[in-house]
Amino acid sequence: MPSVGLFIPCYVDQLYPQVGLATLRILRRLGFNVEFPPEQTCCGQPMANSGCDAAARPLAERFLAIFGKYDHVVAPSGSCVSMVRNHYDHWLHGKPRFEHLRDNTFELCEYLTGVVKVTKIDGDFPFKVGLQMSCHGLRELRLARSSEQMTAPYNKVRQLLSQLRGIEIVDLLRPDECCGFGGAFAVDEEAVSCLMGRDRIEDHARAGAEVIVGYDMSCLMHLDGLIRRAERAQRVMHVAEILEKAQLA
Amino acid sequence: MTGHAEKAAAFAANESRTHWHDESLWFVRVKRDRQAASIPEWEALREAASAIKTHTLSRLADYLEEFERNATANGIHVHWARDAAEHNAIVHQILASHNVTRLVKSKSMLTEECHLNPYLEARGIEVTDTDLGERIVQLRKEPPSHIVLPAIHLKKEDIGELFHIELGTEKGASDPKYLTEAARGHLRSKFMEAQAGLTGVNFAVAETGGVVVCTNEGNADMGTSLPPLHIACMGMEKLIPRAEDLAVFLRLLARSGTGQPVTTYTSHFNGPLPGGEMHVVIVDNGRSRILGQPTFRSSLGCIRCGACMNTCPVYRRSGGYSYGYIVPGPIGSILAPQRDPEKYASLPFASSLCGSCTDVCPVKIDLHQQLLAFRKKLVDLKVVPLQKRLGMAGLGFVLSRPWLYRMSGSLLRAVMPVLPRGLVYGAWNRWGVQRELPAMPKESFRDLIGKELS
Repeated sequence: MPSVGLFIPCYVDQLYPQVGLATLRILRRLGFNVEFPPEQTCCGQPMANSGCDAAARPLAERFLAIFGKYDHVVAPSGSCVSMVRNHYDHWLHGKPRFEHLRDNTFELCEYLTGVVKVTKIDGDFPFKVGLQMSCHGLRELRLARSSEQMTAPYNKVRQLLSQLRGIEIVDLLRPDECCGFGGAFAVDEEAVSCLMGRDRIEDHARAGAEVIVGYDMSCLMHLDGLIRRAERAQRVMHVAEILEKAQLA
Repeated sequence: MTGHAEKAAAFAANESRTHWHDESLWFVRVKRDRQAASIPEWEALREAASAIKTHTLSRLADYLEEFERNATANGIHVHWARDAAEHNAIVHQILASHNVTRLVKSKSMLTEECHLNPYLEARGIEVTDTDLGERIVQLRKEPPSHIVLPAIHLKKEDIGELFHIELGTEKGASDPKYLTEAARGHLRSKFMEAQAGLTGVNFAVAETGGVVVCTNEGNADMGTSLPPLHIACMGMEKLIPRAEDLAVFLRLLARSGTGQPVTTYTSHFNGPLPGGEMHVVIVDNGRSRILGQPTFRSSLGCIRCGACMNTCPVYRRSGGYSYGYIVPGPIGSILAPQRDPEKYASLPFASSLCGSCTDVCPVKIDLHQQLLAFRKKLVDLKVVPLQKRLGMAGLGFVLSRPWLYRMSGSLLRAVMPVLPRGLVYGAWNRWGVQRELPAMPKESFRDLIGKELS
């Protein structure tokens, strides 16, 4: 069995511990020797996406020092994994173990479908579900074919969830429009960010989704904040929280 | 100085109109998807277009000279303009030497970039934009709000009102057919009176020395067939090597831009009319500076289809004017700060970096990666607000010290729930204007993992 370093993004660690626990439980139940290196903090994305490279780079270097030793690194976030895989090169190029780390850091769904090759999922989730295909996982990790691309359709999240008994994954009018979170964008461009979010929620509601499911808690935190302010009935869940209750093989 | 966020907030404040704007452009995006899906080799076409542009830009000087040789052999006068001022002076000089006082123009974003209209008008030349959308914004004394759909921000009622005042149509009229007929009649007389026609250029073919102009209204053809003098203005990046390369770009352009299989008119100008004159003005105006920057070079491959605007969730909800630059949306947010990083510093941040623009772009410009790269450049130039730079430096300081990170997290989770709501959701809290903060859990994941593993 490969050694797995569990990467729990900072905001998941602090605000959504249940998502971290769910990820840990899924991986351990599959028989992996999972370690959570406690000195980890953040991948550096907030600073990097604001253009503040000087503040982000030390975090990339720390990340390599902490996670470089594992065979695989797995995280319940598309965006943070994309940071490691697609945006570390110009800082860490040529550093020992960097290429190994870059190519072996996985978002949970792609790890389960592509590396573990889970084929059988035994569980119930009797709800109407709308998938929130967060952008970095979608277009930078290619967890699914984006609606702009004219290639054969696939969706790794749907592939996992659709096996659950009772689940109904609804069709959205805009299957992968951005929710408007965008990191600092959520406050820098507060008006547009919130309008984007409300439009997403409306699309999910129109399709009858009771639960909005995604692989990035950051986007879901934004949508959840809007839902609770408007006192709407929907709720948000991370895909790990659903898979945690099922048997994966 | 107001940046994109403030102007976008003002636009989005009218939510029903913003939704109408969003839906109008999404409708075009859906048309694009349908057309793109009808071409089995769509992704291969994008790849080919990208490769042709990359190749052409890698030896642009050679192709420009080849174009000049062949165009000159065709009887076209070729002019070179270093910047907007030279471009305007050249166009004016050509017109003045022919005693032109009435000019008709078809759509040209380059002349908007160079502010040609006011320059010529100040010198006694009447300029009439003949693309319907362009004419509408010209009559309103506004710039276009979209590069392909210049009047997309206006409803038919707005246009009825404008035409009532400007063209004498019935008050309260909003029937598109009636209004278009009125515009057609009005423009017809302008075409008949014109002494010269000016067009933009979609593609200039080095091998043939000709230029290609794509329109839906035939206005470029009217404007160049009636008067004997044709001036075509092009940015120097419009070049493609061979006529057969057109087959790639013409299949991509209209499908990406408006969701049509092809523009209604694709006009090839390979020389002057019999007895007439044709001039091509090739403009740099900052393009060679972009060519010298590997990170941003591919932005010169843009064929101005507008697909990145139509797909951009921010553009659709903030409108073209929120960008304050002649080319709005994702591509404009890269081009504008090339021109003036300080003035346009907010534009690379006017994006959630969702990447839809990158996936929709027919020439595969990595738009969202360039927006990100530009943020770095703006921080290095210190034109990003100090508050943001200090805030991020502070965040980086905390996050690179695990003890400080743990302490800050614990403190935040302990304090937030006990603070009065009025304080938590005070004016400082931009997140909380329309959103609830997440519920603060008592324990972090790292607090819980010990129990989990024991």
